[in-house]
Amino acid sequence: MRFRRRGRRVELTADAAESAMVADWAAGLLQLLGNDATEDPTDPLEALVGLSAGDPVRPTDPALARLFPDGYRQDDDAASEFRRYTESDLRRGKLEAAKVVRATVPPGGGTVVLDRPQADAWLGWFNDMRLVIGTRLGIDQVDATDDDIDDDRGDPGRAAYQWFTYLQYDLLKALD
Amino acid sequence: MVTAPAQLDRPEVDEDSDVDRPWVTLVWDDPVNTMDYVTHVFRELFGFPRKKAEKLMLKVHQEGRCAVTTGTREQMEVDVIRLHARGLQASLQQD
Repeated sequence: MRFRRRGRRVELTADAAESAMVADWAAGLLQLLGNDATEDPTDPLEALVGLSAGDPVRPTDPALARLFPDGYRQDDDAASEFRRYTESDLRRGKLEAAKVVRATVPPGGGTVVLDRPQADAWLGWFNDMRLVIGTRLGIDQVDATDDDIDDDRGDPGRAAYQWFTYLQYDLLKALD
Repeated sequence: MVTAPAQLDRPEVDEDSDVDRPWVTLVWDDPVNTMDYVTHVFRELFGFPRKKAEKLMLKVHQEGRCAVTTGTREQMEVDVIRLHARGLQASLQQD
């Protein structure tokens, strides 16, 4: 899989296996983010103002906690209030990015041209995947060494982490 | 002894809660986000020149955190929301 700049757009080329892997990981992220609940909000007020009932709390799942960090670190009440007003939009943005990836990755492989918003969605999705997989692998401590990251030990999670790191770098080069 | 003037309704002034003190948006170091990506986000969100974005990114990396923008509480909340949307660890506080 590679990205090439084409004027203001970005050309994406992938083979069949790469497309299938991306589609699988995108589906996995959508599931983690609770795709179904967010896609069809049953509460009309929630749909209207984007606020969910009750006060959301910091997710207990470390990967989700990393995707939805606290906005205040010295004030729990302010952090809770901030989360209440921002988390649903943040979640929606991540869902939308994963859906753009799923909709634009060429099924069976091939080449597609992404416009800038689509390319930005891919970039953000790569980052979300790295945050989720990195947290699962324990690469969430600041003192993690490169050895923790580079030693893949045949673990598919580690291989995916490195692959997404490479792809994000490749896309950044095409965008910058 | 002189009796002090009435102090009814006089608000208590806390030296540390100066309302004029600006708020800052802090970005925290993170072992997952790459240097290239963080630099890209700073340039894209705040329009910083590459040199300034790289300097701030390095400060985050070396010092554990760095203030990237300053302003009102409301402005900083917007910046934190935008940074969270890009996957960076950001928070706001009064300087």
